[in-house]
Amino acid sequence: MRMRRLPEWLVLLLPAIIVTAAVVLIPLLFSLYSSFTPYKLTRPSTLWIWIGTLNYEKILADWNFWSAFGRTILFLTVVLNLELLLGLGIALVINRITWGQRALRTIIMFPMMFSPILVGFQFKFIFNDNIGLVNNTLQSLGISDAALPWLVDAKLAMFSIMFAEIWMSTSIFAILILAGLYAIPRDPLEAAEVDGCTAWQKFRHITLPFLMPFIFIAMTIRSLDVARAYDIVQIMTGGGPARRTELLWTLMSRTGYVDARMGLANAMGYVSIILSIIFTVYFFRKLSAARNELGMGG
Amino acid sequence: MQDRNQAHRIRKRISTALTLLALFIIMLIICVPGLWIVLNSFRPTVEIMAKPPVWTPSFTLEHYRAMFGGAGEGGVPVFAYFRNSLIISVTSTLIAILIGMAGGYTFARYRFAGKSSWFVGLMIFRAVPGVALSLPLFIVFARIGLIDTHLGLILVYVAMNVPFTIWLTDGFFRQIPKELHEAAEIDGCTRWQAFWKVEFPVARSGVASAAIFAFLTSWNEFALASQLTRSVGSKTMPVGLLDFTAEFTINWGGMCALAVLMIIPALILTFLVQKHLIAGLTFGGVKG
Repeated sequence: MRMRRLPEWLVLLLPAIIVTAAVVLIPLLFSLYSSFTPYKLTRPSTLWIWIGTLNYEKILADWNFWSAFGRTILFLTVVLNLELLLGLGIALVINRITWGQRALRTIIMFPMMFSPILVGFQFKFIFNDNIGLVNNTLQSLGISDAALPWLVDAKLAMFSIMFAEIWMSTSIFAILILAGLYAIPRDPLEAAEVDGCTAWQKFRHITLPFLMPFIFIAMTIRSLDVARAYDIVQIMTGGGPARRTELLWTLMSRTGYVDARMGLANAMGYVSIILSIIFTVYFFRKLSAARNELGMGG
Repeated sequence: MQDRNQAHRIRKRISTALTLLALFIIMLIICVPGLWIVLNSFRPTVEIMAKPPVWTPSFTLEHYRAMFGGAGEGGVPVFAYFRNSLIISVTSTLIAILIGMAGGYTFARYRFAGKSSWFVGLMIFRAVPGVALSLPLFIVFARIGLIDTHLGLILVYVAMNVPFTIWLTDGFFRQIPKELHEAAEIDGCTRWQAFWKVEFPVARSGVASAAIFAFLTSWNEFALASQLTRSVGSKTMPVGLLDFTAEFTINWGGMCALAVLMIIPALILTFLVQKHLIAGLTFGGVKG
């Protein structure tokens, strides 16, 4: 007797499903379980003690966790919005230039090649209070006498890591929005000009709606790896000094690897995972809505 | 009339000047941090650390000599790291492309129940933060002995890159008219043959750009690699950067030299595919 054959699409999709399930799903299920135990790496037997939602209660009552959580949300909001605005600005500027488009496009993609950890070190170096490029420039130009503590002061440190993150990730917005600008049909813009629209009206009512799907693609791609910011922050400040730049991710890795409290760290991990998933699903829905609006769905 | 024309011309000139100024500032901010790293890899440590700063750079190959020389000051096993990075990135990219291409083709060509949920479901796996995943992966891999092996990291990177490859290749296969493979099948090809002989060659540039994207992701990844590797036998270059840091000091010059070594392959690959990459992302997204 022959076995019933699987449908073709499932056969083709199966390797992808198996790999992601094996490498991501199984560890995640394990971490879900361990987040309900007091698991400590140093004492393996603690894995078998069930403590229910105690870990979650503990982090929900923990002020450090909430401030890291709030800071992460703030960080992502500021960074993503600025990246979008700057990316849009850069794309509009480059679109106006009529020469050397290809070279300019390549230069914009420059930061995309950098490893996030490298970006971290690079800006740790540049913002170094003693020998960094920024302070050296400020002092040599006589703008500031004292060395500014870029990575030590709470506000300045937050600014520095945001700057690094924006430097690294704005290019994806710029490059995709630029691709959108190239694809805009000329006719409606010319018609608007004949009808006497101002530049702002043209931008607001023709260019921007057309760019929306491109903006959502960029947002969706970004939402897939917002946590790359961990590499930068870990290197630049490590969440310090004195937790002033602590984000959810740095707090989690410290709890897990330095304090070896895996159960607690995994509970935090789940909060961050859910955060990322909400982001991704939200932008995917926005993306398909924008597509349908332009009649490109299907 | 004359006046209005002149006013118009002046306004146009001012706006051109402003555009150029904006462009200059943008390029400055994008380029300087990267070039600063390259520049400093050629400067002696004394000069990097000088206070007050030295603005006229001198030239030395000291850091590169120390890096490639192995032992001694700043002796970091660069070749081993480079080899590990290369083995892991290339292998994981090849596997991810094969698996991802199958997936992308499926999403582009077949109709089945819950298609978009499957798609978003796979993407969600990509969205899991590396740090959050590294904790449980570390424990699981430690149990089955995959810590500090090439195989362990290859597996992880394949899983990381498959969803994105599916997204990219899906967009490219969708662009190819269905009639193409139908015609091939009428001429007696099986679906398998039709794919490799007709559709794959057309989508080749798209697949290549997906491959380079996957390669760069593995090449640059740090959060997982830093936890899953221990020794010279499996550490990748991003983890190797940490070798230049000590408790309170960082060997900036040496680190910059390794950074340059890391960027060069990435730079070349990105140059090669930049056009296809943009096309792939937008086709995949807009028409997908």
